[in-house]
Amino acid sequence: MGVGLEHFLILSAVLFAIGLYGVLAKKNAVVILMSIEIMLSAVNIAMVAFSRYSQSITGQVFVIFIMVVAAAEAAVGLALIIAIYRRRKTVDAEKFDLMKW
Amino acid sequence: MNIYLLSPEISLLALALVVILLDLFMDRKWLLGVVSVVGLIVPAAFTVALWGTNQTAFGGALVVDQFSLFFKLFFLVVVALVILSSTDYAHKFAAFRGEYYAILLLATTGMMLMASTRELISIYVALELTGISLYVLTGFLKDDKSSEAGLKYLLLGAVASAVLLYGMALVFGLTGTTHLREIATAISAEGLLSSPALLMGIVLLVAGFGFKIAAVPFQMWVPDVYEGAPTPVTAYLSVASKAAGFAVILRVFYEALGPASLDWGMIFAVIAAITMTVGNVVAIAQSNIKRMLGYSSIAQAGYLMIGLAAASTTGSSALVFFLVCYAFTNLGAFIAIIAISNKIDSDQIADYSGMARRAPLLSLALALCLISLAGIPPTAGFMAKLYIFSAGIDSGLVWLVIIAVINTVIAAYYYLRVVRVIYLGAPLSEERVPSSGALRAALSFACLGVLALGIYPWMVLRIAEVAASMLLP
Repeated sequence: MGVGLEHFLILSAVLFAIGLYGVLAKKNAVVILMSIEIMLSAVNIAMVAFSRYSQSITGQVFVIFIMVVAAAEAAVGLALIIAIYRRRKTVDAEKFDLMKW
Repeated sequence: MNIYLLSPEISLLALALVVILLDLFMDRKWLLGVVSVVGLIVPAAFTVALWGTNQTAFGGALVVDQFSLFFKLFFLVVVALVILSSTDYAHKFAAFRGEYYAILLLATTGMMLMASTRELISIYVALELTGISLYVLTGFLKDDKSSEAGLKYLLLGAVASAVLLYGMALVFGLTGTTHLREIATAISAEGLLSSPALLMGIVLLVAGFGFKIAAVPFQMWVPDVYEGAPTPVTAYLSVASKAAGFAVILRVFYEALGPASLDWGMIFAVIAAITMTVGNVVAIAQSNIKRMLGYSSIAQAGYLMIGLAAASTTGSSALVFFLVCYAFTNLGAFIAIIAISNKIDSDQIADYSGMARRAPLLSLALALCLISLAGIPPTAGFMAKLYIFSAGIDSGLVWLVIIAVINTVIAAYYYLRVVRVIYLGAPLSEERVPSSGALRAALSFACLGVLALGIYPWMVLRIAEVAASMLLP
């Protein structure tokens, strides 16, 4: 039994669910940011698998764009976390409650 | 391939870079705002000169037709008004004015690209160029509320784009292409209409785009971000970011998922009904005017989605027209709020008491815009609602239009409550509210637009019809 498209898609779906769980359940803003990166990696796996099995390079090009944009997003996210930490001395997302969530 | 087709975006990007460079050498920072506004004439001129073309470039990824050109001009006008109204606000981040204007222009570049791509990778990159710029702008004040709003916006926005990407991955995997037109052919050729995976992909796309336009249940970021962000940025978010989201949705759903129209029209109808009801009901309880306008913009997104649910050319042209009316109205309201809150340093509705005696013209403008948001004639908001409701009825969505009309009545309550506080409340002090010439110019332009569109809407309506007619092949 070889590894087929389904296996990659199941791996991707599981990873995506783990990432989503992390976003919803974790309190630390940095960990939430990491969970978002897991979700994006899940998407990347699905894209590359589809690309491989449909003999089209587009999916891999898409993955490169996703990685670049994700890096930019993480940079801005960490900058905002630092800005908050300087004022509040905490990165606990539940403490960011000046306005109701 | 014709690089001239990309000239509005290239010139706008160049303008942003010029502003950053000038910021290094210039001492008189207020000039940067002048440079930004005057420089916008160049991309606007290119856009107007391109009007009438219908071509594609970059292997079909970039499409220049009247639909995209209409939105480009729309974004340029909006950003010009936002920059003009920022002059009274910019003292709060005096040292970073250059970056502020440059990032505003970059966000606009992203939105212009969003309106003119026909390919999933480009849509994603344009969406993120807009998104990341807006995260930065939201956290720009660096005080407690602003940075909290920026981080919340970023985290929720990043989750939304991950969901959107998963939807794009499914659509790409099933059809083997990222070009919207080819997706449409693949769907009908391979009989994917009944495929559950495609339906999953569509639902994820709706979720991802729904975040951008603040549709329920993806609206939770709106009140916090609107309250915490600098007020000009809130105005920009509520108008331009929403319009860009609708432009992309129109493109994707009409061009790629056109054959699957029965499925997604109904999804949008249900979301529209819930969105406008939630937005209006929660808005009643708000005491902060920026937060109230945040919920009001959620409700307006619900009305706008009637145009999507109608899934017809009448629906999309009514949607485009509604966007223009909403832009003038909401910008006008926020510009008046910038001037008033600058003086009283508060966004509480109670503090606006008796404002009509301290700032008669500002109050008149704010009242006009609130009346237009409520949809009372002779304002733009009335005409916009009239057209979008009749488009809904044409498509047989009578139940949705009835819900929308009930909502309009609920909404009138909280809009007119603010007008009552302004005109009938006792003034808290006798001090006048000052405002700069640039802000007054932007405010009068917005108010003139509100009145003009309410009394003589035909010209803009015709342009909106031309723009919308580009969508169906």
